[in-house]
Formats: sequence, C-alpha cells, structure tokens
Amino acid sequence: MFVDSHTHMISRTTDDYERMAAAGVVACIEPAFWLGQPRTHVGTYIDYLSMICGFERFRAGQFGLRHYCTVGLNSKEANNEELADAVMEILPRYALKEGVVAIGEIGYDEQTALEDKYYRLQLELAKELALPVMVHTPHRDKRQGTLRSMAVALEHKLDPSWVVIDHNNEETVRDVLDRGFWAAFSIYPFTKMGNERMVDIVKTYGAERIFCDSACDWGVSDPLAVPKTAELMRRAQIAEDVIRKVTYDNPLAAYGKSGQINEQDWLNPPSIDQRTLYMGNSVLRGGQAPRIDEVPRGVDDNLHIA
Amino acid sequence: MTNAALIDLLSTWVIRKAPTDAACWFEQQATKLRSGATDKDLYLALGYAIRRLGKSDLGLSPDELAAARTARPGWDPGDWSIDQAARLVFILATDDGDAARFKARLEQLFRTADIGELITFYRGLPLYPYPELHIARAREGARSAMQPIFEAVAHRNPYPLEQFDENAWNHMVLKALFVGSKLHPVQGLDARANPSLMRMLCDYAHERWAASRPVSPELWRCVGPHADHAAIEDLARVLAAGGAVDRQAAALALTACSAPAARELLARVPELARAAAAGSPGWAALAAP
Repeated sequence: MFVDSHTHMISRTTDDYERMAAAGVVACIEPAFWLGQPRTHVGTYIDYLSMICGFERFRAGQFGLRHYCTVGLNSKEANNEELADAVMEILPRYALKEGVVAIGEIGYDEQTALEDKYYRLQLELAKELALPVMVHTPHRDKRQGTLRSMAVALEHKLDPSWVVIDHNNEETVRDVLDRGFWAAFSIYPFTKMGNERMVDIVKTYGAERIFCDSACDWGVSDPLAVPKTAELMRRAQIAEDVIRKVTYDNPLAAYGKSGQINEQDWLNPPSIDQRTLYMGNSVLRGGQAPRIDEVPRGVDDNLHIA
Repeated sequence: MTNAALIDLLSTWVIRKAPTDAACWFEQQATKLRSGATDKDLYLALGYAIRRLGKSDLGLSPDELAAARTARPGWDPGDWSIDQAARLVFILATDDGDAARFKARLEQLFRTADIGELITFYRGLPLYPYPELHIARAREGARSAMQPIFEAVAHRNPYPLEQFDENAWNHMVLKALFVGSKLHPVQGLDARANPSLMRMLCDYAHERWAASRPVSPELWRCVGPHADHAAIEDLARVLAAGGAVDRQAAALALTACSAPAARELLARVPELARAAAAGSPGWAALAAP
C-alpha cells in the first residue's frame, strides 16, 4: 500500500487512477495550487476548492482511491493582492471540510513581499485551526527560499513536526531534517527529483521524517512515481520497513495530525462512506494483505524517473 | 409542522446518539444559532459537526420513523447519520422568518459544500421553510454527476414529487435509470407517471436495445399506466424475449394499463398475469439487485 501525498488529480485521467489503484496507491492528497495560468477572480477559486473537496474526491472513490486535499493560497497567486485578500476571506470556510488535511501548498515563489504576507497569514490560520502545513519550496533560489520558509514558520511559533517542507533535493534535505520539519521529495522528471537520487537520499539519511510523492499534475509527471520509487528502493536492497515509512507511514503520520486522514478510511471505511464515496477498492474486496515481494501491478519495467 | 418542531425532533435523535460532551456542544450551537448568530458561527458549527459528533448512522426505530412521517409527510430519514441531522438542525435554526435571507444563506452553503454536506443539504430539502424557493437548487442536485448526490434528491425524498414540474420530474426519473440508480426509492413514481415520461422511457429502452445493453425492469413501471400502442408492443417484446424478471416487470406494467390491447396481451401469459395482479413479486422486489 502507498500514500501519494502530493497529486493534482484534477489534471489526470481515469487511466491514471486505474493504474495507481492497480499499483497499490490507496490514498492521495490534492494540494490546492495554481492551474498553470493565474485565476483572475475569487469565484473561480471557490469553484476550484469546491471541486477538490467535491467531485475529485468522489471521482477518486470510484477507482478505489481515497482522496484528501489541502486548501490554501499558493505563492504565485499571492502576488495578485485583490485576489489574495478575497481568497483569505473564504479559506476558513474550506479549512474544516471533511478530508482537508493541511493548509497548503503555501510558501514562496519569487519571495516577494506579498508572498511573504500571505504565507504568514496562512501559517496563523493553520495554527488557529490546528491543521498541518504543506510548504511548497520555490523552484528558483531554492535553498534560500527553503531556509526562509522554515525560519518564518518558526518565527510564527509553528511546531515543525506539523509542517511538511515539500519538493526537497540534496541541497535542502539536511537543513530541513536538522530543524525538525518533515522532508518530502517530489519525484518529478526533469525539474525536481529523480527516483534514483531518492534511493541515494534514503540510503544516506534513512527514513526518519522523509517521504516521497509524485506531485503529478498537468505537466510531464508520473502518477506512479511512488510505487516505482518503492520498487527501485527494493531492488537497491533497502529494507521493507524503511520503504514503507517513506511511501506510506510518514505521509500518514504527518498529515494524520489533522485528524482527517486515517488508514481505517481505506481498510475499514464506515458504512456511510461506503454508500456514498468509495467503490471498487481491491484491498477491501480481496481482504488480503497486498503483496510486497513483487513489482506492483500496473508498474511496468521502466521504473526510472530522471 | 413548524420549523421548531422539526428542530426538536432532529435534536432528540442527535442527543440520544451523541457522546455526552458532544451533545452539550451540539445544544449550545443550536441555541446560539437560534438566537441569531453570524454566518461565521454557522460555518464553524457545520464544519465541526463531524469532528464533534462523528458520522455514525442514527439507526431510527420504527416509532421514530413514524414520528418523522407524522411531523412531515413523506419524510424518510431511515438511513440518515448523526452529522446530517445535526447540520440540518443548525441550518433550520438560522431561519428568522426572512425568506430571502434564508434562501441566500442556504445557497451560499451549497456553493461551498463538500460531498458530505451536499448530500446532507439535499436530503434536507423537505424540511426547509419556503419550499417553493428551493426548486432550482433541487434541480441542480438532480443534474449532479455524483450519484450519491443525485440520490440525495431523488431517493426517499418527497420534495421532487411535491415541487418538480413535469419536465424536471421526467428527467430525474430518466436520469436515475441512465446512471444505474434504482427507481423504487423515488417517492411518487406511480402518482406522477405521465404520457411524456412513458414516451421518453420507451425511446430510452430502444436505445439500449440497439446497443445490446440491458434495460432495467423498473423502467416499465412508469410506462404501464400511460402505455400507448407502441409501448404495448414494446412490452410484448419484453414478454416474448426478456428474462424472468423482465417478463414479471412487463406483466406488472401491463396490469396498470387500462387499454384493451394490454388485457389481451396479459391473457396470453395467464401465470404471469395472475402473479402480477396479486402484486407478487411487486416493484420493490423487482428493484432489488
């Protein structure tokens, strides 16, 4: 079983859902982010948040995946002050929805003053509502942006064990772990992390507070990144319990602090959920423990993501 | 039945089912909302409902279900959960007699609702004051691509029967079949059967036959009472070529049809006709999976 803690499923097809389910992904988390082009008014933001709390959650359930989300104002759109203020107004209305596991993904893009302002406001909101935080670290000036994200979170008195720093690489991981934050790695071809590098990270740093996700979205990305990376780790003789931590236990522990994601959701869902959301889960129907000694179904021989 | 009486009934069920401290929380929220709270109070109460109360089934007894029917004819909360009852109490409690304000507030809640809330809010349709103001919203639910939301409007709910015009009604029934949902839990199927729906359903059956897809035996229920010559021919086809359940359904449909051609057709299948006249098996049994 795998938890993919960073997926933009609204951009993915039903084939992806089927392959993820077949490969053993039981739960995915959809962080609120931008759509590839900026939204121009709050109405589209409202519909977007309703979509990731609504139809996408339902759609995932049809394929046997549990779907969770995070809500937040992303760093790019924080630069549109009028939009940003309006989004901050409506966020409290979504933050307590069922299956909202964090405020996120928030943080810095170009590290502007407006990005800083709304990042801080949202850290306060997360604190007020006792929700974890998912921090998106910038693509450019990454190391400085990552250090600043953590410094600001600590300045606002957030407990680092409630904050996930995402999109790490070899240059940021040590600082993140040293400060007590969760270090997530997006296995995303060309721009973020390859999975052979991920294997080396796990060999070097172990599994404590480390996990990986696919960050699959509307770009060239791989919704099977987590099961493929697990298989690659297995072939590199990494112990099963380590693999399990990096691909299942740790994301569950981090986002589970919200009280909104629990493995009982997929192992033993309440009848009300089974009636309304959740269909065709292979774990449920088979009742048997998933096999972990073979390449997961749906994962082909080409495991490498560079 | 007044708003206050519905609130009392729902509250009794919530309090009986809730853990003690959660029951106190629930009563405080309801009292606060009744005495005129802010929109934010309402959003927070709705947001915390599941966190405080969980979402277990209410598991109402036959007596409690009878009380529900007495309080509001057609009301069928037999499969409601505790969070649903609590959330509807919170919404009903905000009504201060201003219809426009109630409608605007409800619409706002629908717009930002998650799936569980949507199901709850649509299930609440028969309980809301100013019922004629919620028709467009109810039709929106009946258009949903999410089957449990569609069913929150269409199933075990007297609101469509009472408020939908013929076009809305007919499309809801057709959609139920189209998405593979059941007709039996729709209230008022027989009372609201009409010639236009009969024609839509027969056309749909022909589409399914052309594609070699199965036709739900329930479809014929809304065809029978208004079956015309062509529909009776369709039923003859089912009697000749259908499976056992399809043939039982066709016989039941023909029993509801007063046309002489329907009588003649039934006379050719005396055993099926006898069983249909005795209602055995009836539509409920034919709807079972």
